[in-house]
Amino acid sequence: MSETHDAVHRHEPPKSFIRKYIFSLDHKVIGIQYILLALAAVLVGMIMSLLMRLNLSWPGTNWPILGTLFPGGAPNGVMNPEFYLSLVTMHGTIMVFFVLTTAPQGGFGNYFLPIQIGAEDMAFPFLNMMSFWITFVGFIVILAAIFFSGAPSTVGPIGGWTGYAPLSALGQIAGPGQGMGMNLWIISIAIFCVGSLLGALNFITTLLNMRTRGMSLMRMPLTCWAWFTTAVLALLSFPVLLGGGILLLLDRLAGTSFFIPGGLYVSGVLSGTNPNFPLHTGGSPILWQHLFWFFGHPEVYIAILPGMGATSHILATFARKPVFGYRAMVFAIFAIGLLGFFVWGHHMFISGMSPYSAVAFSILTLSIGVPSAVKTFNWIGTLWGARIRFTSAMLFAIGFVSLFVAGGISGLILGQSSLDLPVHDTYIVLGHFHLVMGVASIFGMFAATYFWFPKMLGRFMNERLGQIHFWITFLGVYAIFIPMHVMGLVGMPRRYSQFTEYEFLKSLHPLVIFVSVAAIITIATQFIFYFNLIWSIFKGKKAGDNPWEATTLEWSTATPPPHDNFAGIIPTVYRGPYEFAVPGAPNDFVMQTEADAEVPGGNGHEAHKH
Amino acid sequence: MATRLTSTKTVPKKGTRAGKGPGFPGPNGKGPKGNGWKGGDEPQRRLSASAYRITMWVVLAAILMMFAALSSVYIILAGGEQWQPIKMPRMFFLSSAVILTSSLSLEHAKRSLKLGRQRSSYYWTGTTLLLGVMFLICQLLGWRELRAQGLYFSGQPHSSFFYFFTGVHGIHLVGGIVALVYLLSRLRRALAPLSAKTEITAQVVSIYWHTMDAVWLWLFLLLMLWK
Repeated sequence: MSETHDAVHRHEPPKSFIRKYIFSLDHKVIGIQYILLALAAVLVGMIMSLLMRLNLSWPGTNWPILGTLFPGGAPNGVMNPEFYLSLVTMHGTIMVFFVLTTAPQGGFGNYFLPIQIGAEDMAFPFLNMMSFWITFVGFIVILAAIFFSGAPSTVGPIGGWTGYAPLSALGQIAGPGQGMGMNLWIISIAIFCVGSLLGALNFITTLLNMRTRGMSLMRMPLTCWAWFTTAVLALLSFPVLLGGGILLLLDRLAGTSFFIPGGLYVSGVLSGTNPNFPLHTGGSPILWQHLFWFFGHPEVYIAILPGMGATSHILATFARKPVFGYRAMVFAIFAIGLLGFFVWGHHMFISGMSPYSAVAFSILTLSIGVPSAVKTFNWIGTLWGARIRFTSAMLFAIGFVSLFVAGGISGLILGQSSLDLPVHDTYIVLGHFHLVMGVASIFGMFAATYFWFPKMLGRFMNERLGQIHFWITFLGVYAIFIPMHVMGLVGMPRRYSQFTEYEFLKSLHPLVIFVSVAAIITIATQFIFYFNLIWSIFKGKKAGDNPWEATTLEWSTATPPPHDNFAGIIPTVYRGPYEFAVPGAPNDFVMQTEADAEVPGGNGHEAHKH
Repeated sequence: MATRLTSTKTVPKKGTRAGKGPGFPGPNGKGPKGNGWKGGDEPQRRLSASAYRITMWVVLAAILMMFAALSSVYIILAGGEQWQPIKMPRMFFLSSAVILTSSLSLEHAKRSLKLGRQRSSYYWTGTTLLLGVMFLICQLLGWRELRAQGLYFSGQPHSSFFYFFTGVHGIHLVGGIVALVYLLSRLRRALAPLSAKTEITAQVVSIYWHTMDAVWLWLFLLLMLWK
């Protein structure tokens, strides 16, 4: 903790390359490191989803390059089922942990939370650096699981991103993909938990203690509220996964029986009759599900809350209106976070559960619809009657709202135990969570990237490429995930490598091919984004300090922000974060640092307050 | 609906200070508490004693969450049909007494520090450190007692939990011991003038130590009584 007392020294930017860009203590550099990690991870996860789509639509096709790269997993270029299942596992794990958890929180949160509250860095810069590098090690370990999975036919463990016991707890005896790959998977998740906990600790402490003069809680941008709530969720949910992960690893390596029941008969071997399968007794496999989903449900809010914050922030900026119902938005964020801890059972309706608990979990789950609706209506209220500036960032923010609604609606079906039972583990679940948690969060991050890129790098991203990227991606993700709802209703189960054997699914095959084509087009479009990102760093149009005419503190400092964010001048905050179109004000936006603007009337959220 | 724009009336122009106190320009209707600013312009002052205490509690929230999860695992497995309860090794009674005593001695050290008796504080912190090490030795002896009965880490869950809980708690206590060593070194250096930071360190370390003490007592009672 001593580094906080050396705060004065931090104002000197480090000179050496390693201290400046690699082991940097600067929250801005660490934020960019997190974003780069997510950009690398999302590429891996995206290629895996592409391979899965190829196998689903054209099963049995010979892909020579696969045969060369993975002679065990795709002999003669034809993917075998184990290969596909390990792709499912790795795609889910990499996307959820290393993309949806790193970029929104570790990336943009790290970069902008201290600036938006007027601090010169995080409370514990050293911990901040550690949290990134620990996460990075976790990523290396999960990549290692691809190459050292313990079975030549897989590219990682088989178990899905949920790693259900007892399959994941038994070790090699349980089949391909249950050897070294599963150990590495668990270790990677455990390392990731530690990194995230350090990050969460930093976010909470920074936000509580380092706000600048006048930055009261209710004057914080909604992004800060979202990052704060996310950090609280991470702080309380990752320890549970860490504890569960350690127990699971002990079951595999130390012969304990936390998740393995007695008398288990696996691959023709009874527990205790074979040296490869020692005696187990007294464990409970369903316990792992409880621990996992107690973490897993808050995790989906960890993924999407920062996107909600960014969306609110960007909608207000480009609608040139205050966020409709600022206080309601804050309480909705908190309500979603709080309720998120009491609904994990809705992932387990089919695992065996008392009908009374199922009803309780259903009611609690559906009640999340209330704060979600508050947010949605307030976003629409913010847009209502506005003279919208349709920048790429704004388009993606509006896209976020659209996807959040489209994905959330099916949540109302899946959240009820009676309706969930028939569609559990079908493609409707895939459609639901990809829309609401996956793509919506990613849209939030796209919006954030287009919005904050000028502040981070001093140049705009190319607007035309941004618009092309938005429209193809927006239509593409709907073309991919809406048909999945239909497939789910017909009864197509998830995590099957192919459906050629099922007569009742034959008629769906054209739809499967349609989804794959849409996926290929959408994935190809993402390279426009990558190109735009790199091209704009060097060739983008130059941006000033406040190119979007926004109001919050990050736009009051230089572009890009200096090492201590405000060049030694500690800003003072005099007003709320979204004072757009204030009647009588000279500009249509009043910055948070403006004290003496002539502002006769109240407006927007501030008027609700007292 | 009142159309009052917060703070524009009470807030002075840039560069001047409002009212009393070093740095609270616009109380924003909530008084200084909601303002976040701790006063003073020096960054060093911005992480005050209360900030360190909050940080400690945030850390403990995560740690307690993990122990809560592990305890629920224990409670659920203890309700299973294949559960075979085992007897609490006697060594763990001794270790519980030792760690309780260590909390008292640390409290005494903190009180001495508050009264300005640094030498006494130094020795009582040292006593706490010794008791902490003794506790860990007792835990290891408890493991030996279990092994002597043929109860190992692998096998049936109750025995696994004895090893697992003591192990996980022990790792956290090692963290506490490292913190005590740090506090001790500060107290030793501070034998001349006492710095404010030493007092904060003592407070934060004692919060952690007492919580780990309480966690052990909880685990002890859980292992002994919940069968």
